[in-house]
Amino acid sequence: QFGAEFRRFSLDRYKPGKFEDFYKLILHIHHIANLEVMIGYADVHGDLLPINNDDNFFKAVSSAHPLLRVFIQRQDEVDYSNFGTNTLSRKKKALVTLRNDNLRRRPHINISMPHDFRPVSSIIDVDILPETHRRVRLYRHGCEKPLGFYIRDGTSVRVTPHGLEKVPGIFISRMVPGGLAESTGLLAVNDEVLEVNGIEVAGKTLDQVTDMMIANSHNLIITVKPANQRNNIIRSSRMSGSSGQSTDSTASHHSLPTSHMLQNFHPDEMESDEEADIVIEGSLEPQHIPKLHSLTSSSLSRINGSSLSHRLQRDLVLNNNSGRESNGNIHKLLSSLKTDPRHSLVIPRGGIEEDGTVITL
Amino acid sequence: MRRFLRPGHDPVRERLKRDLFQFNKTVEHGFPHQPSALGYSPFLRLMAIGTRSGAIKLYGAPGVEFMGLHEENNTVMQIHFIPDQCQLVTLLDDNSLHLWSLKQHGGASELREEHRFTLKGPPGSPPSATQVTAVLPHSSREVLYLGTESGNIFVVELPSFRVLEDRTISPEAVLQRIPEDNCNRRSCELVEALREHPKNPDQILIGYSRGLIVLWDLQNNKATHHFLGSQQLENLYWQRDGSKFISCHYDGSYTQWPVSSDNRQPEPLENTVPYGPFPCKAVSKIYWQTTKNGLPYIIFQGGMPRASYGDRHSISVIHGSQQTAFDFTSRVIDFFIIFSSDPAAEFDDPSALVVLAEEELVVIDLKSAGWPAVHPPYLASLHCSAITCSHHVSNIPLKLWERIISAGSKQNIHYSSMPWPIDGGTNIAPDPPQRDLLLTGHEDGTVRFWDASGVCLHLLYKLSTVRVFLTDADPNDNMNTLGEDEWPPLRKVGTFDPYSDDPRLGIQKIYLCKYSGYLAVAGTAGQVLVMELNDEDAEHMVDHAEADLLQDQEGYRWKGHEKLRTRDGPVRFEAGFQPFVLVQCQPPAVVTSLALHSEWKLVAFGTSHGFGLFDHQQKRLVFVKCTLHPSDQLALEGPLSRVKSLKKSLRQSFRRIRRSRVSSRKRRGGSGNASEVQEANAKFDQDALQEMELAPVQRKIEARSAEDSFTGFVRTLYFADTFLRDSSRHCPSLWAGTNGGTVYAFCLRVPPAERRMDEPVRAEQAKEIQLMHRAPVVGILALDGRSTPLPEPLEVAHDLSKSPDMQGSHQLLVVSEEQFKVFTLPKVSSKLKLKLTALEGCRVRKVTVANFGSCKTDDYSENDLAVLTNLGDIQIISLPFLKLQIRYPCIRKEDVSGIASCVFTKYGQGFYLISPSEFERFSLSTKWLVEPRCIVDVPEVTSNNHVHNKSGTENAARKSRSPGDCGEDERKSGKLMEHALLNDEKVLKEIQSTLEGGR
Repeated sequence: QFGAEFRRFSLDRYKPGKFEDFYKLILHIHHIANLEVMIGYADVHGDLLPINNDDNFFKAVSSAHPLLRVFIQRQDEVDYSNFGTNTLSRKKKALVTLRNDNLRRRPHINISMPHDFRPVSSIIDVDILPETHRRVRLYRHGCEKPLGFYIRDGTSVRVTPHGLEKVPGIFISRMVPGGLAESTGLLAVNDEVLEVNGIEVAGKTLDQVTDMMIANSHNLIITVKPANQRNNIIRSSRMSGSSGQSTDSTASHHSLPTSHMLQNFHPDEMESDEEADIVIEGSLEPQHIPKLHSLTSSSLSRINGSSLSHRLQRDLVLNNNSGRESNGNIHKLLSSLKTDPRHSLVIPRGGIEEDGTVITL
Repeated sequence: MRRFLRPGHDPVRERLKRDLFQFNKTVEHGFPHQPSALGYSPFLRLMAIGTRSGAIKLYGAPGVEFMGLHEENNTVMQIHFIPDQCQLVTLLDDNSLHLWSLKQHGGASELREEHRFTLKGPPGSPPSATQVTAVLPHSSREVLYLGTESGNIFVVELPSFRVLEDRTISPEAVLQRIPEDNCNRRSCELVEALREHPKNPDQILIGYSRGLIVLWDLQNNKATHHFLGSQQLENLYWQRDGSKFISCHYDGSYTQWPVSSDNRQPEPLENTVPYGPFPCKAVSKIYWQTTKNGLPYIIFQGGMPRASYGDRHSISVIHGSQQTAFDFTSRVIDFFIIFSSDPAAEFDDPSALVVLAEEELVVIDLKSAGWPAVHPPYLASLHCSAITCSHHVSNIPLKLWERIISAGSKQNIHYSSMPWPIDGGTNIAPDPPQRDLLLTGHEDGTVRFWDASGVCLHLLYKLSTVRVFLTDADPNDNMNTLGEDEWPPLRKVGTFDPYSDDPRLGIQKIYLCKYSGYLAVAGTAGQVLVMELNDEDAEHMVDHAEADLLQDQEGYRWKGHEKLRTRDGPVRFEAGFQPFVLVQCQPPAVVTSLALHSEWKLVAFGTSHGFGLFDHQQKRLVFVKCTLHPSDQLALEGPLSRVKSLKKSLRQSFRRIRRSRVSSRKRRGGSGNASEVQEANAKFDQDALQEMELAPVQRKIEARSAEDSFTGFVRTLYFADTFLRDSSRHCPSLWAGTNGGTVYAFCLRVPPAERRMDEPVRAEQAKEIQLMHRAPVVGILALDGRSTPLPEPLEVAHDLSKSPDMQGSHQLLVVSEEQFKVFTLPKVSSKLKLKLTALEGCRVRKVTVANFGSCKTDDYSENDLAVLTNLGDIQIISLPFLKLQIRYPCIRKEDVSGIASCVFTKYGQGFYLISPSEFERFSLSTKWLVEPRCIVDVPEVTSNNHVHNKSGTENAARKSRSPGDCGEDERKSGKLMEHALLNDEKVLKEIQSTLEGGR
């Protein structure tokens, strides 16, 4: 199967050549020369259409704007009924993964929440946002990956009462390979950033938006207008609360689980708006300060800040595959730490739970 | 979603806010940046200075000042007061003329632009035809004579600026009367000078650049005399009685010419090259002043021997056998002489020479023997050595004030006792409400004490820390002891001296206790000096102590500068603040924070490596604490290598981009011969450059981590007597905040006064708070049981503050660059917070508690936080509930140095540098407002018809400096600089943001 493999290459738009050559090129690029494949493409309406002769190949190339999304399937797997009107949007599962500008692999998702699964991102507020927008939440504390993206200044075109207007905007300019932003696949280069944690960025400078994002980096929620509007989930009005105006029940029916599934990523125990600051009580003999201080600092460096909660959480996950909801395990782990005489600190609600009691180690 | 909600609109509070807060930029202190023109009105006794950014400033008696701004922001080339009027004309470098006038409005005078005008020639004439080179406001006050580059002299009517074409004096008309053999058309190119006859207003002297001088009769429209100079003309000056005039020339000579009715083409009386015989530089302006005793004062600018002294900026004064060439450290813009303005007086009797140099104003007393300088009450050169930090102390007790003044007066004995000679106008501003000191630290290791109470920022006292150290250039200031036979007789004047012997001497932090007179000063090379005010000069030892902030951290190597070497043995200190102890931080990195507690006799200091506490009573180091993160290698290497590495990395990344592009091109190109490749490379380089220019700026989004650089940088230190350990006993404590969002709290045990010398001060770490957002901590403050900030040390002892409420529970306010957070004490749990960066994308740069009084009632005042953000906005945030009260735009966000230099006062005022030499003063309070308010009265002898009949032309009223709208002007004037600033600052911003704490 090569459903998750993506290549990007260029063709001369005006001299597309023969289908035969294209077919060979495809096979060559994908190193699948020995396979029989069916080539299809997505047309302007998002419909999946086949490419199997010079005519429709030419049509496909000329309709590409600017990219031609080409789908290659094993000949024997091709479901010919897929070709046709509105097929792509109906094929929602493929849809979610179809990003020709972003190499991405999405794990298989069970509808139920896996126990050993740590959320790194989610799409939220699907029901209240316009369809063209996407609100993405990145959980930094859930993973060791850097946030990893860059933003830039740019201009976007807005529809205003006075017609179209060019306005300055902030865009995602680059993804750090292996970063959280990239790995989620929910953000892409050239997506326009509209809001950061509920605050509109319109009128703010690049540096301001940078500072806002970094200040919110522990729990970053950014609302973007994806550059590639093709992959939007088409929602019916039913989803947004007003029933009875359904226009395309098929599409909505199919996209329903997708959005719900993404919303289900909300892990409430991780939802702390901000982790509490760590307070360490020192009870050191005055005379020994210089010496003891170095101890404190060395122990600190190990338990410093978020690394402390990380460590605890990671240990918890390792120890307890069946879930983190059990506070007993936290206490067990913490009390095991207690035996270390060099640790003399108080962690009030540090990163573990929002309003727990102070745990003295 | 709670955090997105805005506080409700409370009408009572809104009304109160109006009574408490008001934003005004009130006055600019210091010396105008890039002055370009000078003017003086002997009639008004006002001086005007124009700048390259189009500002015009008028100064009279101390406190009398006005400011105007030309909309064009063009350089002011010339300023001419209209004789016997409250009006002046400015010429800008775009050849436009502007008429300004001082008018009374609401009980005070205001400077307004009345009219503007650009001379237009006949169609098709070259621009030089109308390029104004000389301006003569005629004593009739009705016309202005404009000499041009073409040699034409146009006459325009005032105030309408209507050109009176029939009265134009053309070169042709002039040449008609002059024998052709010694003159041709070219002699009349470019009018260099126009001078009205001192006795006969119908005659004007016209000096052409090539040396021809013509006396023109305005009545008969003809040249009555002509004078043939052989040298290129620079300037002209009439003697008082009109019988002679002086011309000065490009070759460094000046010539006296007689004017009599019998000789129409006189020969020069005297031709002198004062600094000959070798080639000399031009004498660009000259005065010939008569005195009662018959010996004239000849005062001229320039004329120095070209080869040996051609680089000097000098003004020479010759009076009989006395001759001095005043030597200025910066270029002389212009000068004037203050002399008897009474038209009936027989002699000039000059009293003072006023010189506007590029960086300072120097006034020389010509009446006193030795021609001493006069101490200016304003226009102080704040930047005589670059300002490195500033500290403001409000409400100085009278005793300390007098002692500082007395120490300062001993330093100023070489100044003349002459009263300030420029004394026009009347200051009608109320007396300053209190005595305020602004202390500026300078690059050369000095601290200057300024009287910042009123409109005139006045130097009271200068403290130098240099004596404690051994520097390469020892202060053998023998600059003025020139030998008798020294020629030319140069004498250095002025204070502007931007050259620092050693950058390590630079002052970084200042802390003055106004009650005890203790002063702590910390510098670039990790030096911390504690000083005491002594009214006598004294010779004593300075105790030394070292504070090793790295302690037993191994394997680090400091690559920055070395510590300063100290002088052995006793050092002689003049009266004033005398150092008695020096604490040297090791490594000798810049001191980034400083706190002094005069009651406990403790001083705390911090660098990028850690912080320490020193007992200056027992002269003993109490403790040190290293704040370094083990991975933070950069902080250890010192500041120099860091800048280098940034540069290097920039260069590398540029190369990397280039290389990758080249190689990809090569790959694609396949085979090709060498020249082709080269060509392609060259073309590519161009493309790459172009692309670099077009490429948008990117910003990386990455969470802060504990491993970031400079997390250990100590940003703030704070002493408080509060509940640190438990809620029943309060104790002295020291708080420190770092760049990495850590707050350390130490419990201090200070022995009671009677055993203060016997028992050691003890400290133990009580708490360590790591803010999870990890933003730099810029302020720490303890609030008492009534949520009032704790008073300053000794404030209660001096009955100047209520004692803090020690009954209720105390709170701790921690201000980071991103958030304000209130914690309970002693159990540090978060109580409330205000996020700034997350919501607004701006960061805290400066924060102070300020007391705001109501302008309506005397009995209401409250404490709030005054905050300056990196966007240059000022926000006022209430205490203890952290509600944003009001926000004002104040500084352009590109003006990084302006933002870094900002200092708030305790009563809602502030200062920031708008240029290296000027502080802008602003006020956030309705109650405390220091701004110029003055009246310039038109003296009796004037016919006022001209002044009062043109109210219809007040189109430029908005340009006057009145509260509220001047901010706009400020921004406008800054616009020119903005682009230049942006260019380098974008790159330097990152450095700046991490170095911020150092400023």
